[in-house]
Amino acid sequence: MATTAVNATRPGPPTRARAWFSRFRERETWFAYAFILPWAFGFVVLTAGPMIASFYFSLTNYGVEQIGGFAETEYVGAENYSRLLDDGKIPLALKNTFIYTGMMVPATMVVALALASILLRIGRAGDFFRTVFYLPQITPPVAVGILILVLFNGSYGVVNRALEALPFIEQGPFWTTDPSWIKPSLAIMSVWAVGGTMVIYLAALRGVPQHLYEAAAMDGASAFRRFKDVTLPMISPALFFTFIILTIAGLNTFTEVYTAYFGAGSTGAEEPEAALMYAIYLFRQAFQFFNMGYAAAMAWLFFVIVMAVTLLNILGTRRFVFYQGAQR
Amino acid sequence: MRLWKLGSLVVVASLAVVVAASIASARVEQGARTLDIYGFGSGFGRGDDVANSLTAHAQRQLGANVEYDNPRGGFNDQAFLTMLASRNVPDVMWVDRPRIATYAARGALQPLTSCIRRERINLRQYRKAALREVTYRGQVYALPAFTNQITILVNPTVARQARVNINDIGTANLRKLQRANRRLLQTDGGRVTRIGFDPKIPEFFPLWVKRFGGNIVSRNGMRAQLNSRQAIAALTYTHGLIRAHGGWDRFKAFRDTHNWFGRTNPISENTIGATPFESFIYNVIANNTPTAPLVPKYFQRRGGRPITMFSGNGWAIPRGARDPDLACKWAKHMTSVPAWVSAARNRLEIRRRQNEAFTGLYTANVRADNFILRRVYDPMGRPQFNRAVRLLYNAPRYAFAVPPSPASFELRQAYIDAINRVLAGQQTPRQALNQAQREAQAAINRNRRR
Repeated sequence: MATTAVNATRPGPPTRARAWFSRFRERETWFAYAFILPWAFGFVVLTAGPMIASFYFSLTNYGVEQIGGFAETEYVGAENYSRLLDDGKIPLALKNTFIYTGMMVPATMVVALALASILLRIGRAGDFFRTVFYLPQITPPVAVGILILVLFNGSYGVVNRALEALPFIEQGPFWTTDPSWIKPSLAIMSVWAVGGTMVIYLAALRGVPQHLYEAAAMDGASAFRRFKDVTLPMISPALFFTFIILTIAGLNTFTEVYTAYFGAGSTGAEEPEAALMYAIYLFRQAFQFFNMGYAAAMAWLFFVIVMAVTLLNILGTRRFVFYQGAQR
Repeated sequence: MRLWKLGSLVVVASLAVVVAASIASARVEQGARTLDIYGFGSGFGRGDDVANSLTAHAQRQLGANVEYDNPRGGFNDQAFLTMLASRNVPDVMWVDRPRIATYAARGALQPLTSCIRRERINLRQYRKAALREVTYRGQVYALPAFTNQITILVNPTVARQARVNINDIGTANLRKLQRANRRLLQTDGGRVTRIGFDPKIPEFFPLWVKRFGGNIVSRNGMRAQLNSRQAIAALTYTHGLIRAHGGWDRFKAFRDTHNWFGRTNPISENTIGATPFESFIYNVIANNTPTAPLVPKYFQRRGGRPITMFSGNGWAIPRGARDPDLACKWAKHMTSVPAWVSAARNRLEIRRRQNEAFTGLYTANVRADNFILRRVYDPMGRPQFNRAVRLLYNAPRYAFAVPPSPASFELRQAYIDAINRVLAGQQTPRQALNQAQREAQAAINRNRRR
């Protein structure tokens, strides 16, 4: 009995909710939430709100009439989603987008890592070249879109002029017209803006403890072994982060491709299907054909695909990532 | 506590700024009417002498009691959708004519029936083809303004060099054109260095189909005809003209180096033999290379009868416009004979001062065009442009426009994609146009109930 009485008066372990509320006794907690509030407001109003609205619209016939209030928005169930299955352009756009991403992500990572490794070794000059390599990152994507057509012109472009200077290449590829070469040219051009990724790798490389290299060298490890067994594991969080971010960016690519082939850069109505990325097709459905409900369904399909790809990437690559001090 | 006071002060100050800005931007007109114009702020819009003359004329007609809000920039679909969503549409819009049916079918434009009746606008003054472009289900939704008719631009220097008779460069006899194309074009080590005859596909595909006796869509805009015998023949033939240059890759790679809007244009540089082009190009060439030799020719059907395809813009009144009466008056005056004549006179004066050729104004108003040609136009000793002007003023008699359809954008996209598949060697013309037909008809069917 005595034991029971003691237990009844002693406060039990705090629940999560109670612990959360108890933090509000502290003034700092109020300030912290006050600082978060503008972002949270922006997220709810400008991101989460439109996302929920777009899901609703994906189940309706939303279009110009509904936007203008000339007709009621009608619920159409899964009609827009079932139409996705019949639309031959959807698999085409998805295929283009995945092929482009599949080429762009490794190319960007390899070039960025190579440049970062070089910058690490050239001492003070590295600061200058770091700025130089970063400059294309701040070039407007629209300008990059125009540049694609200029640099990769099959007969008169700089790229082919350089290639044709080689003794074994008589005619370079027709990058901007041949469906097999359009996506490689876009991927190569995306490496143009490698500066952001390079800066991340440079910071990661600078964080690798020097004594690990010294120990490896004393053990007789070759430069390749040191890179493979010391550098790569130590910078793996940075590689993992950029892999995920670049994949998402690649899947959402729009501006450069749109400018080059569907907008200002296009000299006529040449809009090669090989350059039709998913985001461009979505834009076309929404703002050229005014099928807003269908475009919303397209957006949700793509959201699910991007989420699935990201999750697969995380699950597939997490075991290769080494966090210093983390217990795995 | 001090922090809270500071925070409150910031919030109150922000609110004050927002409220003040709202009041400042609110349109409080007492007595004066304001006309909100949209889409006329670029291109033919502000800064352009023709636009200024037209605007001045319309403003004189509407009187001093009207204020104008004409923001910069051309018509943009996304911006217009935002205006619709916010129930803040302009009173009157300057829109490309192919957009009219698409918006009209979706209820975003007002039919101008009562406007035309009230203002006693004589529709017979407008060119039939232009009027058809802005008519949807029997109702007129815009008053047509400019026109851009297509004629063939021949470079006589290149023709002479290639020993090609200029009479053979035309679409009346396709075999002769094929031969002329082969002789006009030039390649060097696999690279195209001069285009023979650029058929300008996909843009002018509807014109080529018409040349072969077909139409890409039925008159009521409800039946796609993209895989008709004539359409397949048109694509096969035009693709052949491009293939003669060594294929689409080489042709396009060279064409991408052309700059039609500078002093080193393909005519002055002799890098093209001939091509169909919209009427505005004569003005551009007259500005940049006034002495460049060129021979304008009609695009012709078999047998030689001229034919041209119209495009252009017009004035439309969106549904929900605050002052549709005023907008109607504006559209009427902006497309009237006196407005066009004053704009033509003004441009002629400017050209005289600059000692450059006046290459005419091409409007959807028949009476204005006739008046300008007979009473205003002055050839100013430039025979090549004089020939062009006379041809261009005559061409609208043979004009057609692609019939308006509620799915006009999808229809256009379907044939553009098809042609690009053919040019890229992915499909034959028949396969590509069969697919385009399915896509276009499905889009029309989806929009049919509108």
